[in-house]
Amino acid sequence: MDTATPAVTVALHDGEAVVASSGQVDARRHGELLLPAVDRVLAEAGLKLDAVTGVVVGVGPGPYTGLRVGLVTAAAFSSALGVPVHGLCTLDGLAYASGIEEPFAVATDARRKEVYWARYADSRTRVTDAAVDRPADIAEALAGLPVVGAGARLYPGAFPDARDPEHQSAAALAALAAERLAAGDGGAGSGGFLDPLPMYLRRPDAQVPKNYKVVTPK
Amino acid sequence: MAADEPLVLGIETSCDETGVGIVHGTTLLADAVASSVDTHARYGGVVPEIASRAHLEAMVPTIERALKTAGVSAKDLDGIAVTAGPGLAGALLVGVSAAKAYAYALGKPLYGVNHLASHICVDQLEHGKLPEPTMALLVSGGHSSLLLSADITSDVRPMGATIDDAAGEAFDKIARVLDLGFPGGPVIDRLAREGDPRAIAFPRGLSGAKDPAYDFSFSGLKTAVARWIEAKKAAGEEVPVRDVAASFQEAVVDVLTRKAVRACKDEGVDHLMIGGGVAANSRLRALAQERCERAGIRLRVPRPGLCTDNGAMVAALGAEMVARNRAASDLELSADSSLPVTDPHVPGAHAHGHSHDHSHDHVHEVSKENLYS
Ligand SMILES: [Zn+2]
Repeated sequence: MDTATPAVTVALHDGEAVVASSGQVDARRHGELLLPAVDRVLAEAGLKLDAVTGVVVGVGPGPYTGLRVGLVTAAAFSSALGVPVHGLCTLDGLAYASGIEEPFAVATDARRKEVYWARYADSRTRVTDAAVDRPADIAEALAGLPVVGAGARLYPGAFPDARDPEHQSAAALAALAAERLAAGDGGAGSGGFLDPLPMYLRRPDAQVPKNYKVVTPK
Repeated sequence: MAADEPLVLGIETSCDETGVGIVHGTTLLADAVASSVDTHARYGGVVPEIASRAHLEAMVPTIERALKTAGVSAKDLDGIAVTAGPGLAGALLVGVSAAKAYAYALGKPLYGVNHLASHICVDQLEHGKLPEPTMALLVSGGHSSLLLSADITSDVRPMGATIDDAAGEAFDKIARVLDLGFPGGPVIDRLAREGDPRAIAFPRGLSGAKDPAYDFSFSGLKTAVARWIEAKKAAGEEVPVRDVAASFQEAVVDVLTRKAVRACKDEGVDHLMIGGGVAANSRLRALAQERCERAGIRLRVPRPGLCTDNGAMVAALGAEMVARNRAASDLELSADSSLPVTDPHVPGAHAHGHSHDHSHDHVHEVSKENLYS
């Protein structure tokens, strides 16, 4: 599952193929949508959650609030079921889904007029760490490269060669994870999995809002 | 403890404490808390994004610690309760998501409950079944409310609330003016014990004959204290910190206890409970005890550890929901930063044949920025 972008997406993979999947784009309802999506996907496959032998979760980068929904859900599943959680960079799922086998980049919406992005040698090989920047500041470095993801569509001036997919799919993330698990490539490092910890790439806004905690009913 | 009492795990993440409690009916089995208060201290208040990040880090380890302490298996739980609101949206969302995932993975009913009702219900863990009706005074950095609980699972009525600052906020702000650090409650309580509460006559907010009987205001008091200190400094005199602390504290607890006792008398209620972080204040406890005794009211105040935000209070209310057969929440349960106090829990949309829609904004003023910052 992945909730790091406006997409709330869940898929079930049996090691050979995607059995069922769900994708909804709604940036403000990750919390409400994720568990019902898990339930739908499992129901479609005729399975219960305890049949799952591992959980794969997109760790971002992504806007914070939504990102945490997927990560805490994955951690809770892992704890309740006693199965491992594997983290994958959210951008890797988009790269894998693109199927592009030449150098390209992935860019997602980071809000505040910025994008989260990384460069790839091919659909399975990320060659830079994920970063957050203003499109104009990286346009030159990525000139001539296809750019996958919603970030490209938002900033056509900086990224003229936008490619599909626009949104993250857990099906691609699960398929990529299944490939790596099958290859025994489960360790840390660029080829394997990441710890299931959030990739924020920004420091928190350390401002105490005025009347920060007045939640009493009027 | 009776064998048929529900075993419930409760999760609380409405502010800066990641709390997980486990109760068996009205018996407390575990109360695990991870706090990010030290991180917030240097900002002089709770920073929502810092709190949310800390909740994510602490959530599952705190749940596992609580289960271990209680010596129970998650499989034996009768339900999982979680604070659905009110509170900081991003912080609530971490707890609600974790609760849903555990409930779903374990096949247990989920109960999204109200933070304020939980503050009241926690006293059951200390003093046994809560009499109904009970008047409740909730005072903390986030709340200053007078509530009448006729049925803690279904009927909680707001009597009054602060119209500006919460009581705990006033303590924090005065501590800042006096350079005493954050949070302000404990240090002011300590210094006040060595000061004279009658040294300075600070104003009692909303205490006039025509003022609302049960509402509170602490903003004017805060300004009066700050001005008094500034005047002392301007005159080149030393600020009598202990007397200021004692006189300020007296002004706060005088109004709180006076209004709470009056509400009890007006409504014919003979039990008053005090909860929230400020309930740890020694002068508030003493004055409430004195005035309740005089009015023939039984006072119930849980120990300080149960007054501040914690998971045990959520578990206590969850257990009551199970015991009274209240409808469970569904998997769509939202974190509702402004959940009204009149909703002690959030039943599933199909539970009562009508959808659970309130007319208020689901996105709280404070959390709007935080939601996708
Ligand atoms: Zn509270």
